[in-house]
Amino acid sequence: MTTVLDKRSTPPASAVTRGTQETPRTWIPPETMPPASEPRRSTATIRTVDVIRLLGSAFAAIGFTAWLFFYALPLQGVIGFVVVAYVIFLLLFGILTAFDENGQTVRDRIVAVFVNSLAFLMLLALFSVVVYTVGRGVGPLGNLNFFTQDMSNAGPLDPLTRGGVIHAVLGTLIMITIALAISIPLGLLTAVFLSEFPGRYARFVRTVVEAMTALPSIVAGLFIYATIIVFLGFNRSGFAASLAITVMMLPIIIRSADVVLRLVPGNLKEAARALGASTWRTVWTVTLPTARSGLTTAIILGTARGIGETSPVLLTAGATTFLNVNPLSGPMTSLPLTTFTFVKSPENNMIARGFGTAAVLMVLVLVLFALARAIGGRGPGQLSTRQQRARARQSRDDGYRYRARALGVPTSAVRRANPRSLPAAAATRSGAGVADSAAVGLTVATIAPVSPAVAEATAQQTRAARTLRRRLSEWRLLPKPSAAINRFRRSSKAPQGSPEPGPNSTPPAPDTSGPTRKDPDA
Amino acid sequence: MSPSKSNPTAAANGGTIIDATGTRTEVIQSPVTTITDKPRRLVSASDGPDIAFRWIARGSGTIVVTVMLLVGLFLAYQGFQALHVAGPSFITEQSWDPNSGKFGIAAVLAGTAFIALTAISFALPLSLGTALYISEYAPAKIKNALVTIVDLMAAVPSVVYGLWGLFFLSPNVLPVSQWISTYLGWIPIFAVDGFDQNDPLSSPTAFAASTFIAGIVVALMVAPITSSIMREVFTQAPLGEREGALALGATKWGMISSVVLPFGRGGIIGGTMLGLGRALGETIAVFLIISPVFVIQPHILEKGANSISALIALRYNEASKFEISALMAAGLSLFVITLIVNFIASTIIGRSRSGNETT
Repeated sequence: MTTVLDKRSTPPASAVTRGTQETPRTWIPPETMPPASEPRRSTATIRTVDVIRLLGSAFAAIGFTAWLFFYALPLQGVIGFVVVAYVIFLLLFGILTAFDENGQTVRDRIVAVFVNSLAFLMLLALFSVVVYTVGRGVGPLGNLNFFTQDMSNAGPLDPLTRGGVIHAVLGTLIMITIALAISIPLGLLTAVFLSEFPGRYARFVRTVVEAMTALPSIVAGLFIYATIIVFLGFNRSGFAASLAITVMMLPIIIRSADVVLRLVPGNLKEAARALGASTWRTVWTVTLPTARSGLTTAIILGTARGIGETSPVLLTAGATTFLNVNPLSGPMTSLPLTTFTFVKSPENNMIARGFGTAAVLMVLVLVLFALARAIGGRGPGQLSTRQQRARARQSRDDGYRYRARALGVPTSAVRRANPRSLPAAAATRSGAGVADSAAVGLTVATIAPVSPAVAEATAQQTRAARTLRRRLSEWRLLPKPSAAINRFRRSSKAPQGSPEPGPNSTPPAPDTSGPTRKDPDA
Repeated sequence: MSPSKSNPTAAANGGTIIDATGTRTEVIQSPVTTITDKPRRLVSASDGPDIAFRWIARGSGTIVVTVMLLVGLFLAYQGFQALHVAGPSFITEQSWDPNSGKFGIAAVLAGTAFIALTAISFALPLSLGTALYISEYAPAKIKNALVTIVDLMAAVPSVVYGLWGLFFLSPNVLPVSQWISTYLGWIPIFAVDGFDQNDPLSSPTAFAASTFIAGIVVALMVAPITSSIMREVFTQAPLGEREGALALGATKWGMISSVVLPFGRGGIIGGTMLGLGRALGETIAVFLIISPVFVIQPHILEKGANSISALIALRYNEASKFEISALMAAGLSLFVITLIVNFIASTIIGRSRSGNETT
């Protein structure tokens, strides 16, 4: 090795005499000047120069288009103006950027602007749909009678102070209730069948269900119309409409519930089976509670689809203008169907009523949707704070019960001896962990107390984890132990939280929930 | 032999194995040699509730599959009755008059395809842009809100879109249609008969109720679904490859075009086809906007369009049994087309690299 690192002062001399004697092949030149202090790079994603270019080209484009529209060419129309201005804007922005940047950067900037504007266009469209519908529906929505009367006494020419849509609101609620009463048990049971009893038959059922999600809603309506009304000779009724909605909704609910159930971590189910639970107990106490939020979302989204769908109801319910709360006899109407019949009329008041009805329908659907988001934002096994607290309370009570059984005293005595001061905060650290311990708590009464060897092993693991944590914090990869670890230690001093009884208090249940993937279809 | 000497293992086994007593005596006589460690049965016996549960679950699956098959078979049975009468002219005939035996889906099928293709050609860039924006460009703070808003857009009922298209979009789009037909009228699909730019008496209503307007409205209904599938796939593009591209000096668009888009190709195609399936079946928005015609109308800007679902909504009322059969045949053909499109879509999504993990 000929590398000389310590002779910093001499390398030029040896470099001069290269070849004549043994010279170092690698050397460090003397530091002739101090290292230039590098300017700090800006990591901001929005560059000032881009903003200036954007604003400049936007103003130029608007001005140029205005000149084109008002002086140069016989063009008109708001949309035309916007489109032409936008094209000119993109061109100008590209040219401006090309003054300073190379081709690749120009392309990057133009695409960024284009993608941004496409997303903006999409949001604008939604905004305009919602605002326009509500805005034109304000007239009838302002009158209280719109929500309390039906249309039996109001003709097309009557003012908005007469007549309302109570018949449609009640009709929608009745139809969707019947449809849900059929499709929730049937749909959830079928989804459970698909996920819990895999086999050739389940695969066949799944294929058929997936094929039926392609069934256009009007064809579902036509099927019910042809069978119930034409062939069996019943009159159009709310019940027939509910059946049509059910046929349409069932595949949607089954499919999304199936997806949710398949995401339930396998180790939860295996834990239950390993403790001796039967399939039925596993499904009822582990699978369904774990997937509850996802299943609720599936049902609510299916409901939103079912409420908003017009065409099956159009064929089977028979539009009516008066209130009918009996789904089995007489025609019934729903909100979308009433909207549809209102706007078919040429009268302005009827069209205004149509918009009002559409606004009511939209608010209903949006509320359902918000509900679905609030409930189902989490993956299977992830609990809300409230659910976590409930699980912790439950497992603490279990702990009292087991201890009481071991000591041979009533549970209340143990409960009194353990005040609620530290309500099992350690177990609530991770929701999935609590779900695990709840699954374990299912048949935990049959487990013998944890053997000392196991307790020793887990204690060793905890010690190792703490050491690792301290090391990491020394390398600044984690916050200082003083704050984080002390909080952790404080909270883990609550042995009542774990369901296991006796002196062998185990550490909090390990976070062994499987990789909870994001629900792809919720 | 006293109870204290008994082996705890054997005692525990005695609880589960049926011939417990025989086993226990053998163990105590010579514990080492005579323990026969038989492999456990992997399938545990089901108890009563379990068997009942299995049959209930299987039964509900059977009910669902029966209903679904009933729908399909009934459609097919009814449809084939009408098909038998119409013969091959069902595909080629444009008019719809089942009572005289002269009916076919040529016009409505073509109309459905035109509306769906117009919708997709608007929805594809719109949803691609939105998906890219949400997955790549949007600030992290608003990302979740955007996802929710796009999903919300998919939940808005179709009749609301129909209202919006009929009363808001249609009057605003007329000048654009007029402009396109004036300057791009030499392209056959943009040509409009019955409108002369130089004739002051000709009214722009020749552009109302057209395939173009219906297509835009359906595009807005389809775009959220397509976009959320694409976004799902784009966000799964591997971080390592993204960072690799950036580290090699790629611009953001360079990274997207060389990593994200190739990775998400299956999602783009599959999502678009799922959107196409939805667009084919859309009824009420289309029915509100178009004015039905029973000829093949390839001029998408011109007044008059049709689709299979609009035909059913238009003609089901007061229809005789045979007319219902004819409508069933039309519905069946729509169902089959949607089914094929959806099947291809899910196959493409499933086979693509990005879809392998999503299933």
